[in-house]
Amino acid sequence: MNDALTTGEIGSAMTSGSATAAQPTVFDSIQSWLVTVDHKKLGLMYIMYGLVFLLVGGMEATLIRIQLAVPDNHFLSPQVFNQMFTMHGTTMVFLVGMPIIFGFANYLVPLIIGARDLAFPRLNAFGLWLSVFGGLLLYFSFVGAPGMAGAGGAPDVGWFAYAPLTGKAFSKGHSTDYWILGTMIGGFGSIAAAANIITTILCMRCPGMTLRKMPLLAWLNLVMCGMVLLCVSPLTAAQIMLLLDRFVGSHFFDTQAGGSAALWMHFFWIFGHPEVYILIIPAFAFASEIIPVFSRKAIFGYPVMVGATVAIAFVSMSVWAHHMFTVGMTSTGNTFFVVSTMMVGIPTGIKIFNWLGTMWGGKLRFATPMIFSIAFLFQFLIAGLTGIMLACAPWDWQLNDSYFLVAHFHYTLAGALVFMIFAAIYYWFPKATGRLLSERLGKWHFWLFAIGFHVTFDTMHIPGILGMPRRVYTYQAGRGWDLLNLICTIGVAFQAIATLILVVNIIWSLRKGRPAGNDPWDAWTLEWAATSPPREYNFAEIPTVRSRRPLWDLKHPGDPDWKYE
Amino acid sequence: MNATAITTYSESGSGALTPAAGVEVGAPPSRGVVGMTCLIIAESAIFLIFVVAYLFYLGKDRTGPTPRQVLELPIVNSICLLSSSAAITFALSSLRDSDVRRFSFWWSATIALGAYFLLGTGREWRHLIYDKGLTIQTNLFGSTFYSLVGLHASHVVIGLLALCFVMAFAIGGWVKPKHAARVHVLALYWHFVDVVWVVVFTVVYIIGR
Repeated sequence: MNDALTTGEIGSAMTSGSATAAQPTVFDSIQSWLVTVDHKKLGLMYIMYGLVFLLVGGMEATLIRIQLAVPDNHFLSPQVFNQMFTMHGTTMVFLVGMPIIFGFANYLVPLIIGARDLAFPRLNAFGLWLSVFGGLLLYFSFVGAPGMAGAGGAPDVGWFAYAPLTGKAFSKGHSTDYWILGTMIGGFGSIAAAANIITTILCMRCPGMTLRKMPLLAWLNLVMCGMVLLCVSPLTAAQIMLLLDRFVGSHFFDTQAGGSAALWMHFFWIFGHPEVYILIIPAFAFASEIIPVFSRKAIFGYPVMVGATVAIAFVSMSVWAHHMFTVGMTSTGNTFFVVSTMMVGIPTGIKIFNWLGTMWGGKLRFATPMIFSIAFLFQFLIAGLTGIMLACAPWDWQLNDSYFLVAHFHYTLAGALVFMIFAAIYYWFPKATGRLLSERLGKWHFWLFAIGFHVTFDTMHIPGILGMPRRVYTYQAGRGWDLLNLICTIGVAFQAIATLILVVNIIWSLRKGRPAGNDPWDAWTLEWAATSPPREYNFAEIPTVRSRRPLWDLKHPGDPDWKYE
Repeated sequence: MNATAITTYSESGSGALTPAAGVEVGAPPSRGVVGMTCLIIAESAIFLIFVVAYLFYLGKDRTGPTPRQVLELPIVNSICLLSSSAAITFALSSLRDSDVRRFSFWWSATIALGAYFLLGTGREWRHLIYDKGLTIQTNLFGSTFYSLVGLHASHVVIGLLALCFVMAFAIGGWVKPKHAARVHVLALYWHFVDVVWVVVFTVVYIIGR
């Protein structure tokens, strides 16, 4: 809230300009944020909303880890434990991942393609406020759900809300309804934002920016938004069915009347698996902008990067049932989903080699955004390798729903997505605020977070292999899991301190950070040609570009990129 | 690091990023059409899931009635809805020819045909509920039938509301030939609703029966 106000003052001071002498009051600046349709303010609000819930979801994770630190623990009751892992998962995917990636897309896409705003600014504001409402509705369940039905509290059915547990018979009260409605409304916001960003990229690129010259950040966000259109709506459809089941007595997932619990799993994972690619592709987008700048080289294999992203998008839509090997499928079904899942590894591997190729022979600068990106490369590789292991159906039969799986997907979402979100914050913070984040605090943030991450999640693979299932609120002593769980929990402390350092860094740097100038990293894409923070209209005159790195051309008129592309 | 040069550029527009010779500038696609296409893609995915649920549960009921016992082909209804697509096309081309009166005629015809379709669906549901005893709670067929057809009907309702807005503007004399591009976006949605009906009709009344 504090940083929101500060940036608000900067924002409104900018818009009112030097002509108006009157200092805007706090009320004015709050109002200017509430009624804004400016893509930059909306983007920042998306990001701040996501960061607030990152802290909330992190606290839930901390509670889970404290409960599991020692055997036979009674820190949390089983009921609260169920609520915590449900809310942690739901929060991190719907209220942290989605808002932050859409926040960055909102903020950066118009700037990087040389446009003045998104195609539909009011729809953009509508999407943000829908998402915020969805998030608040979900969290209102903590206080609202028991009062209305006398039972419940926060949702406790797991973030994938498997049937028939979500049926009226098993899930009494309204907590599940809060889960359905909160995430569904957030989903409407995501679809609105995705349609808006696609339209912006297809219709509003500056003159000269053909699709072949568009920066990878815009390309990858275009692909991500296409996936949102195709893959978030199946969840909406399934949630409509679940609502009908719960409120008007239809039988979609009512096993008593012949309904199928497995159908919900299919519908959920048709959304759920592409969703993790929806979250990770923007992380790829950040890496594709940050790694070249800090390697002082153009991205290696640009057309292949675009092709690989599109390939990931297509293939990822046919892998969903690898979440369901243990449910039981025909051997043909198993084989299909094993092969398709392993195939996703091919374009992903191509991308990793391209980032390495970009760094190869480059003049590396180890600023905070870059070290987060390097850690991302390393961790995403390992996440991909455990992913290939789990893609083997027999291996998955053994380890599905164990802590090995939990470690695997935290490696992708925390080790890759969260690391790249941090990298992006350090990289674009000077553009949004005009001040650099402290490099010293940034290094502390990185090392503490990286150490904590590895202590927790490297260790977490082992109890999984030793047979520890997920979603158990406690375990007996002497199974060989005790010490490992304690180590996992100790790692959380490092990550929590590191995250607090980020918060301190943001608040401190907003006031006292080193002024950034327009182009602190000596970068090449159009957002660095605008002022920091950019004017409300972004560019006084719409730029014209001739290559993928327009600012390189500007800085090196004797040796412009367009001669080689 | 070259900050001054770039400031100059973004403040005044001078510098190497201003229009240069040899850069071709093509006409970008219409925002309205692209935005509506995005909405249609998302909506298609929603309908697809409902269609899959319908087909998946076909014949899995533990109690009657079955589709074959109670459903009748809504021929007149379907003809109305499909011809409303033609009517809206005539309306649009009238507007492009600057003939606002002919536009209003075809536009109201579209609304009337759409409204008749809704009325027909209402009659069908009334017949199913009161004469045949099929509700959304009866069995899987009831659940999937009413949700799929109801989802489509709710899209018809939304489309009709939007069409009526435009009609109100037309009556007020505010619809001008220059608005053809915007009206076209709404027409796209209406065509989509019609195409979905073709799919629903095929799935529910032909394959499902």
